[in-house]
Amino acid sequence: MTVLDIQGLSVSYGTPRGELRALRDVSLSVPERKIVGIVGESGCGKSTLISAIIRLMAPNARVRSGTVRFNGQDLLALPEARMRGLRGTEISMVFQDPMQTHNPVLTVGRQMIDIQYRDKRSKADKLKRAAEMLALVGIPDARARLNQYPFEFSGGMRQRIAIAMALMARPSLLIADEPTTALDATLEVQIIKRLRELQDEIGCSILFISHHLGVIAELCDEVVVMYAGEVVEAGSVRDVFHHPAHPYTRALLECDPGHIKEKTRNLPTIPGNIPDLVSLPGGCIFADRCPQRHDACTEHPVMSEASAGHRAACHLIKAGAPA
Amino acid sequence: MLSYILRRIGLALVITVLAVTTLFVIIHAIPGDPVSTMLGPRASEDMRAALEQRMGLDRPLPVQIALFFGNMLRGDLGTDVFSNRAVTEIVLGQIPYTLVLILASIAWSAVLGIALGCYSAVRRNSLGDRLTGILSVSVIAVPAFVVSLYSLLIFAVRLQWFPAIGAGDTGDILDQLHHLVLPSLAIGLSWVGYIARLVRASMLEVLGEGHIRTARAFGLPERRVILGYALRLAILPTVTVIGVGMGFLLSAAVFIEIVFSRPGLGSLVIDSIMQRNYPVVMGSVLFSTLIFVASTTLADIVNAILDPRIRSGK
Ligand SMILES: Nc1ncnc2c1ncn2[C@@H]1O[C@H](COP(=O)(O)OP(=O)(O)O)[C@@H](O)[C@H]1O
Ligand code: SF4
Ligand SMILES: [Mg+2]
Repeated sequence: MTVLDIQGLSVSYGTPRGELRALRDVSLSVPERKIVGIVGESGCGKSTLISAIIRLMAPNARVRSGTVRFNGQDLLALPEARMRGLRGTEISMVFQDPMQTHNPVLTVGRQMIDIQYRDKRSKADKLKRAAEMLALVGIPDARARLNQYPFEFSGGMRQRIAIAMALMARPSLLIADEPTTALDATLEVQIIKRLRELQDEIGCSILFISHHLGVIAELCDEVVVMYAGEVVEAGSVRDVFHHPAHPYTRALLECDPGHIKEKTRNLPTIPGNIPDLVSLPGGCIFADRCPQRHDACTEHPVMSEASAGHRAACHLIKAGAPA
Repeated sequence: MLSYILRRIGLALVITVLAVTTLFVIIHAIPGDPVSTMLGPRASEDMRAALEQRMGLDRPLPVQIALFFGNMLRGDLGTDVFSNRAVTEIVLGQIPYTLVLILASIAWSAVLGIALGCYSAVRRNSLGDRLTGILSVSVIAVPAFVVSLYSLLIFAVRLQWFPAIGAGDTGDILDQLHHLVLPSLAIGLSWVGYIARLVRASMLEVLGEGHIRTARAFGLPERRVILGYALRLAILPTVTVIGVGMGFLLSAAVFIEIVFSRPGLGSLVIDSIMQRNYPVVMGSVLFSTLIFVASTTLADIVNAILDPRIRSGK
C-alpha cells in the first residue's frame, strides 16, 4: 500500500520578476511503514513540496498541475474543512527550526492539549496523554514540564516536544522538514534513533527531508534526490547511495569524503549555480554543472529505470553508461 | 511573577519621586508668585512675610521639597490659595470625571482598533484592508480638538442627538453616559486608527512566524489560530503603547474638557494656572503624573502576565 503518491506536481510562485517555477513535474511515493528521504540543495523546492502536500502554501504559490494522493484521495481536490481534518491527525509535521515551532506565550501543556481539540476526553486525560508522549520522546519529569513555556527548554528538547506533538495522534504520515538541521550532531543521532523507534511502534510512514546524507542513509528506506525543482533520482537507499545513476547524486557522494558515514552535516558544495527558476534554460537542468554533459543533453531527460525500482533523469542511463 | 511586579512598582516609585521633584522646581521657577496673587499689590511687607511663612515659602527649596513629600505621604497637598479648601479634596473631586473620560475613550478605540487591525491583517490587501488603512491614516491625522468642534456642531448643535456641555447629572448614569459620547469620540477617534495600524503590523509579523504554521499544521481552527495564538502575541506592543499613550490622552482630555465645558483635571489645571493657584496646580499635575506612572506600570504588568518571557527576564 502506498500512503502518499504524488504525480506530476508542478508549483509556481508569483514574483515581481515573473513566474518562479519552484516544482516541475515532481513524482514520488511513500509506501506504508517506510521512511522516504528527500535530499537536495537549499532552494531545490523541498519546503515547497511539503507545503503543497499539507496545503499550507505561501499566498503567492499556485499549484499548476498534478495530484497528491493520500491513502487514495487527492488532497489537492479536498475541501478545506476536510483537509484541515487530516492535519495533525492523519498527516503530521515537524519543522526545521525548533526555536520557532511553539507559541512562546503558551505553556507546552496548553499547546499539547489544544492540538487534541477534536477529542472529547477530559482535560486531565489530555494532559496525561501529553505527558506520556513527552516521556516517550525522552523528556524526563514530563508531567511537571508541561507547565513550562517553550523558552524554558533547550533546542533539542523543543524538537523532541515537536516530535511528541506530531506523533500524539498516531498519524499515518509524518513529514519532517530538516528536523535536526538546527541541532548539534550528538543530539541529531539521539533524535533520529528515537524517531526510528517510534515510527516502528506507531507504524507510520515518514517523509524525511534532510541536508545530511549520513542521516538519510541511517534512517531511510528510500531516497529521492531533488535538483532545482525536479526529482533527478529515486530508489532504495542502497541503490542510490551505492550505485548513483545521476551525475548530480554522484557529485554529492563524491564530495562527501567519508561516503555517507562521516559527519558531513551540510550538503557538499558543487561548483556552479542552480539555474534561475524564473527563466529556465531548455534541456537538462543540471547541464551547467555536469561533468558528463554531451550533445543529447540539450533535450530534457525523462526519468528512466537504471535498475528495478531505481530511476534517474539522465540521458546517460539510456546510453547504457552508468558509472 | 510577584518579584517582577514588586520590581516594577519600585521603579514606578522612583520615577514618581523624580518627577515630583522636577515638577516642584519647575513650578517655582514660573514667574509670578502666589503671595502677591493672594494679597494683592498693596499688601504690607509684614503680611507678605506672614503668609510666606504659613505656606513654607521662606524655607530653602530642598527643605520645601522634603516637606512637600512628607505632607504628600499624609495625603496633604496644601490648601487652595483662594478658597482655603484642601487641595487633595479638590483634585480628587475632579479626577473621576477625567478618568472616566479617558477610560471610555481608550476602551472603545482599543476594541474597535484591535478588531480592525486583526481584520486587516487576516484579509491583507483586500478592499476592506485598504479602506481601513486609508481611514486609519486619515483619522490619525485629525487632531482631537478638530473632531470635538465638528462633532459638537454636527451631533450636538445640528442634530441635537447629544448634549453639548457638561458631564450630566450626578447620580444619573444614563445621562452621564450620554454626555460622555461626544468627548470620548473626539479623544478616541485618532486612537482607533493608530491602534488598527499597530495591531495590523504586529499581527502580520506574528502570522509569518513558525509557530503559527505549526498551529495550522495541527489543524487548529483558524479562529483559534488568529485569536488564541496570534493575537495573544500581537497585542503586546499595543498594551505598551496604550500605557504610554496615557500621557497623550491626559493632554487631549485637557482640551476636550474645555471644549465641552466638562469638569475634570483639565479644567482644573487650566483655571489654577490662570490664577497662579500654585498648590492646586501642583496637586493636579501631581495626580496626572501619578495616573501616567500607574498606567505605564500597569501596562508592563499586563504584558508580563501575557508574556512569560518578560516576567522571567529573558
Ligand atoms: N513565497 C515564495 N515566493 C517566491 N519564491 C519562493 C517562495 N518560497 C520559496 N520560493 C523559492 O522557491 C524555491 C524553492 O524554495 P524552497 O521550497 O524553500 O526550497 P528548499 O526548502 O529546498 O530550500 C527557491 O528558489 C525559493 O527562493
Ligand atoms: S542529462 Fe546530460 S547534463 Fe544532464 S545529468 Fe545527464 S549527462 Fe549530465
Ligand atoms: Mg526548506
